[in-house]
Amino acid sequence: MKHVLKILTILVAISAFWIGLLQASIVPRSHTWLLPIYFIVSLGCYGLLMVGVGLMRFPTCPQEALLLQKDIAEAKVFLKQNGVDVGSD
Amino acid sequence: MEEKEQKKGKNKYSIIIPTYNERLNIALVVYLIFKHLRDVDFEIIVVDDGSPDGTQEVVKQLQQLYGEDRILLRPRPRKLGLGTAYVHGLKHASGNFVVIMDADLSHHPKYLPSFIKKQLETGASIVTGTRYVKGGGVHGWNLMRKLTSRGANVLAQTFLWPGVSDLTGSFRLYKKSVLEDVISSVVSKGYVFQMEMIVRASREGYHIEEVPITFVDRVFGSSKLGGSEIVEYLKGLAYLLVTT
Ligand SMILES: Nc1nc2c(ncn2[C@@H]2O[C@H](COP(=O)(O)OP(=O)(O)OP(=O)(O)O)[C@@H](O)[C@H]2O)c(=O)[nH]1
Ligand SMILES: [Mg+2]
Repeated sequence: MKHVLKILTILVAISAFWIGLLQASIVPRSHTWLLPIYFIVSLGCYGLLMVGVGLMRFPTCPQEALLLQKDIAEAKVFLKQNGVDVGSD
Repeated sequence: MEEKEQKKGKNKYSIIIPTYNERLNIALVVYLIFKHLRDVDFEIIVVDDGSPDGTQEVVKQLQQLYGEDRILLRPRPRKLGLGTAYVHGLKHASGNFVVIMDADLSHHPKYLPSFIKKQLETGASIVTGTRYVKGGGVHGWNLMRKLTSRGANVLAQTFLWPGVSDLTGSFRLYKKSVLEDVISSVVSKGYVFQMEMIVRASREGYHIEEVPITFVDRVFGSSKLGGSEIVEYLKGLAYLLVTT
């Protein structure tokens, strides 16, 4: 099944549930009408939260940059000795 | 049979490195590959797209040093794009495994042993490097770059359920047959290409494992991907939603 169909199926299921709620009117209709808006807003909040948390915990590795500089220096010495042109860049 | 070959250590790894204006980086990366893969049978396939900076000259010097059987230069006349560069390199690969990595040292060869080890332990069809787990990381990105990266990742995880944590990373080890199979169905270009590869592989049910890698932004040379990256990304995402 194409992935977009999976997502649509879920959306249809949610809408069916919502329409059911509207018809049954267990909760006051005025509340039920607002549910899709709550749904979209909470989805947006979830997204923003995930991005925010991801940003705060963004894994960084400054020590790797230093290690790389060492590797580069080592490689340059070896390559120069063996006739590989690593001069200008 | 495959199992037996692995036990005897008969695996051969073909490392495909596409280059465009990487004369210094390619020499450094080749040195580091030889340094970190001592007891492994491998070959390096450089696919250079007619770089005007003389990348191919340097590769020839490296062939003198390490041997033409270890370093294969398979150039193309002009800049034809990354995706087709992999296809081109793959045609010349003689190993049963293929590694794809960038030349610009963002993909450090010191992680190659952990890719190989992970594959041998799990029998995975694909081992992909991820920056977003413990032990991984990125260096040299500004806030904007981090923000777009996180945003793109959350979007993809929410809508595509890809089953891997780092979609756009391109440091990966493939069984050769699997790469041949997946690459033939991929149509995207640019770095959506990497995302399409892994999503398709995951949909086809291939066993994918991850290893942590660190990513240091390029030190030498300049970036070749530019322009409207975000728009391209969103288009790619929509495309993958309806086709996979
Ligand atoms: N053969 C070939 N190689 C390419 C082409 N475009 C990019 N490359 C190489 O592909 C690798 C990845 O390209 P980069 O320019 O580093 O892309 P990036 O990592 O997204 O961008 P950076 O931020 O600059 O690191 C490098 O090894 C490049 O030399 C191309 O058109 N043909
Ligand atoms: Mg790069």
